[in-house]
Amino acid sequence: MSKEFETVIGLEVHAELKTATKAFCSCTTTFGAEPNTQVCPVCSGFPGMLPVLNRKMVELAIRTGIALNSEIPEICKFDRKNYFYPDLPKAYQISQYDLPICQGGFLDIDVDGEQKRIGITRAHLEEDAGKLVHQGDITTTPFSLVDLNRSGVPLLEIVSEPEMRSAREARAYMEKLRSILLFAGVSDCKMQEGSLRCDANVSVRPVGQKEFGTRTETKNLNSFRSLERAIEYEVRRQIEAIEDGEKIVQETRTWDEEKQQTRSMRSKEEAHDYRYFPEPDLSPLKISREWIAAIASNMPELPVQARRRLVEEYALPEYDAAIITLSPDYLEFFDQCISIYNDAKIVSNWMMSELNRLLNQNNMEISDCRLKPADLAQLLKLIDDGSISGKMAKTVFEEMFKSGKKPELIIKEKGMALISDEATLISLIDGIIRNNTKVMEDYRNGKEKAFGFFVGQIMKVSKGQANPAVVNKLLKERLSQ
Amino acid sequence: MELHELTVHELHEKLAGREVSAEELVSSFFSRINSLEPKLRAFLTITEEKALMRARETDKLGKYEGLDGIPFALKDIFCTRGIKTTCASKILENFVPTYDSTAGRRLEEQGGILLGKLNMDEFAMGSSTEHSAFYSTCNPWDLERVPGGSSGGSAAAVSAGETPFALGTDTGGSIRQPASYCGVVGLKPTYGRVSRWGVIAFASSLDQVGVFSKDVRDCAIVMSIIAGKDPLDSTSVELEVPDYSSFLDGNVRGMKIGYPREYFQQGVEESIKTAVMQALKKYEEMGAIIEEVSLPHSEYALPAYYLVAPAEASANLARFDGVRYGLRDFDAENVIDMFSRSRSQGFGNEVKRRIMLGTYALSSGYYDAYYLKALKVRRLIANDFEKVFNDYDLIVSPTAPSPAFKLGEQTGDPLTLYMNDILTVPVNMAGLPGMSIPCGLVNGLPVGMQLIGKAFDEGTLFKAAHAFEQNTDYHKMRPTLGVK
Amino acid sequence: MALTIKEVEHVALLARLELNADEKQTFAEQMGTILDYANRLNELDTDGIEPLSHILPVFNVLRDDEVKPGSPREEILSNAPLLEDQQYKVPKII
Repeated sequence: MSKEFETVIGLEVHAELKTATKAFCSCTTTFGAEPNTQVCPVCSGFPGMLPVLNRKMVELAIRTGIALNSEIPEICKFDRKNYFYPDLPKAYQISQYDLPICQGGFLDIDVDGEQKRIGITRAHLEEDAGKLVHQGDITTTPFSLVDLNRSGVPLLEIVSEPEMRSAREARAYMEKLRSILLFAGVSDCKMQEGSLRCDANVSVRPVGQKEFGTRTETKNLNSFRSLERAIEYEVRRQIEAIEDGEKIVQETRTWDEEKQQTRSMRSKEEAHDYRYFPEPDLSPLKISREWIAAIASNMPELPVQARRRLVEEYALPEYDAAIITLSPDYLEFFDQCISIYNDAKIVSNWMMSELNRLLNQNNMEISDCRLKPADLAQLLKLIDDGSISGKMAKTVFEEMFKSGKKPELIIKEKGMALISDEATLISLIDGIIRNNTKVMEDYRNGKEKAFGFFVGQIMKVSKGQANPAVVNKLLKERLSQ
Repeated sequence: MELHELTVHELHEKLAGREVSAEELVSSFFSRINSLEPKLRAFLTITEEKALMRARETDKLGKYEGLDGIPFALKDIFCTRGIKTTCASKILENFVPTYDSTAGRRLEEQGGILLGKLNMDEFAMGSSTEHSAFYSTCNPWDLERVPGGSSGGSAAAVSAGETPFALGTDTGGSIRQPASYCGVVGLKPTYGRVSRWGVIAFASSLDQVGVFSKDVRDCAIVMSIIAGKDPLDSTSVELEVPDYSSFLDGNVRGMKIGYPREYFQQGVEESIKTAVMQALKKYEEMGAIIEEVSLPHSEYALPAYYLVAPAEASANLARFDGVRYGLRDFDAENVIDMFSRSRSQGFGNEVKRRIMLGTYALSSGYYDAYYLKALKVRRLIANDFEKVFNDYDLIVSPTAPSPAFKLGEQTGDPLTLYMNDILTVPVNMAGLPGMSIPCGLVNGLPVGMQLIGKAFDEGTLFKAAHAFEQNTDYHKMRPTLGVK
Repeated sequence: MALTIKEVEHVALLARLELNADEKQTFAEQMGTILDYANRLNELDTDGIEPLSHILPVFNVLRDDEVKPGSPREEILSNAPLLEDQQYKVPKII
């Protein structure tokens, strides 16, 4: 990045709330059904249909507000956001305009070992639109098809302050927000399925300038990686444009994953005028302090609390604790391991190195993983009691990850167990001593190095499976006889 | 008396006393409909086969309770499962809902038998039923005149004896004004009293479902059935529904009635003022206390209404886009043109005008000056009523500034037409219950008196309206249907 | 005062209405008349008046999060002007 420019980033995140039914009707929200099979006249926008608000949706929003340190105002209401689009059945989206359910708030991110607080402007409830299916690209398709299964699914739109200064900070914010939403149990946060979506507002300005530069809004960021890359691209593009004397146009852009670039979504020039006005079909919400307290008292452990627990109870380094608390499933894995095998740092090392490497390689979530925490704990015990070497353990672990088999079984199947049986080892040792009487003499004459020679020979003959601790002990005994 | 002249409670007696079967009753109404419709045109759809089948089922069960065997009809704004629901618009000409309105369903659950769907101004926008995309309905009292609107078909059909009762909707006077023009009882309940589920929305914060009937007792019977909380309508209120018939005791002694001076100015015809003043005298004779009151912001209700209602309508009618139902232009090459052309072909002029107006009032730069200003004025109007109701039980006024006007007379300047609503609109703006009952004849045309009550106090309206009926014969007047 | 044709065209685009030249002219005049009438509201001082958007003093009308069956697909699609693969078909978007 050029030295003379500063990047300014704000994120708008849409989280699908984890409810069984849609925001304003009782249709199911299950993902992946046949088109138009999870719909009714309400979410299909038929004449005469009226919305009825889902209580769970409101409670999940309050829960999020608590987790994000937001203020939950006593009164909030819903508004209609008017625009025509084939996937928006009523031609208005029920949303919240001037009185959102969460106002203000913040979360803390860690970048390069430094903590930074990012402000949250607001979070408001709204309903999702349906899905448009194109033949190929939206710009070239001769027609589109509308599936309304997703129409009316409850969303919480969380808007950050423009306080991030790099793509890495934006990614850290997104990861942290995701972990909070996951811990609070308010969203599944599956970016691939679209239950967590992100739009990035990006601008640049010369260092020292007070006013913000003109910003663009980039959509279609459905992974952390694309978020980071899209912002990096957009920053580069904007700086180059400015250096070439061009003006940045305030516009909506989309991230093209294939070409790894953002491109303008401007089509027919059209004024955006959403004509918000209060939704007359829904009564306002009065959120009593008792209601908030009741929700707060049932709040699951949040990342910040879990992190403190790991540091205080297990003396884990902050860095380890931060990574383990990125998702509740990850923490759960750690907690289960630690209940069986009590060296937290070793568990943490294995999770952050081997486990993470395999998850990333396979593009998997820990919840999709066949490996059980109890089995990792067992593997660590096997290393400790010398049943297996640390090096072999990595091979066993890979197999455990792939097949979900128990470590003992893999060790047995692959014949990887160390030989600790003293009689077997003694006969092995005695054989080698017999064949190397000269070296034995050297050892007895005080040549320490000779001991190493014998160990090497034993390992070679046993194909590395002789238990080194036992070999050491027995070899000393035999050599001194 | 012929069957079509009888009230719901009288018909019920005949059925319960086995003097007539449901099938005979329903058939007789269809003969009436078939003979009158060529000149009246109150119906858009007639459901004769279904109705006769239901009547025969009723007779088979042989039980005549509630509304068992009693025919009724619905304004074509009520969705009816399996029966075309057009809202008198070309855009919904072939729309067949897969669901019933709650109010309609409740009537059928009580044994009522649907005769058909009634004409109206397109999407309930109008005061004459001339804005129906299909045809105008005539006033049974003078076939050259309008029945009022927007529920003109409902008022005309009840008045002409084509149905014993009907449901309509009232956003700015659409029940009370046609009831007044056609000489029948018309009730717009308190906002939130009757479910709006399955009723095609015009202006959601103002729309309310109500009743047309020949007399007040019928109205009370029907209201007791359709009123009450509906879990499907968030704005329907969780309040116990009284048995409205219990208010029909004829006693208004000591009742405090205010008549707002502003409702006797503003271009109200003298003959109408006179008729209503005479009715007030009647109340005084019956022991009520009559006093002039003031609702100072009355004149601002209409301009505020013509911002609020179109604004909400512009959003409510946006869903008619040719994607999921309704008229569609198949030649458009892109989706924006498809939307615009479908809507332009499907909507009539008055509807377009109001969508344009509402869109404008909400658009960037005008929201505060128009829409928000109107909402503030709406508060002032509601406050006016609240003040008067601190001291009074009831407000009485004319329903409409004039009797029914001639067909084609008011199709030019929209503002002139809007003036018909000047006495009814404030009641919707304040969400209050209002009822129109016949209180006189001027040149052979009925005149309506409007009773306005406190929120959720329909009981007092029934009490006062019924007492008036007990002491007058206006509710027994029947139209000539062009026969001199 | 009449609206300009440009204003009418802008509103018509927002409202997705295709108007011919005559309609634009008529609406420009009629909307002007109605808005002039609406401007009478400015005679009232409404400073500090709370706008009335919900007439009922009712709050928190909420529904339990319990799934109920939706519509059978053939039923909900039965009014559709144009379908393909059980989805609503629309012409190109851009």
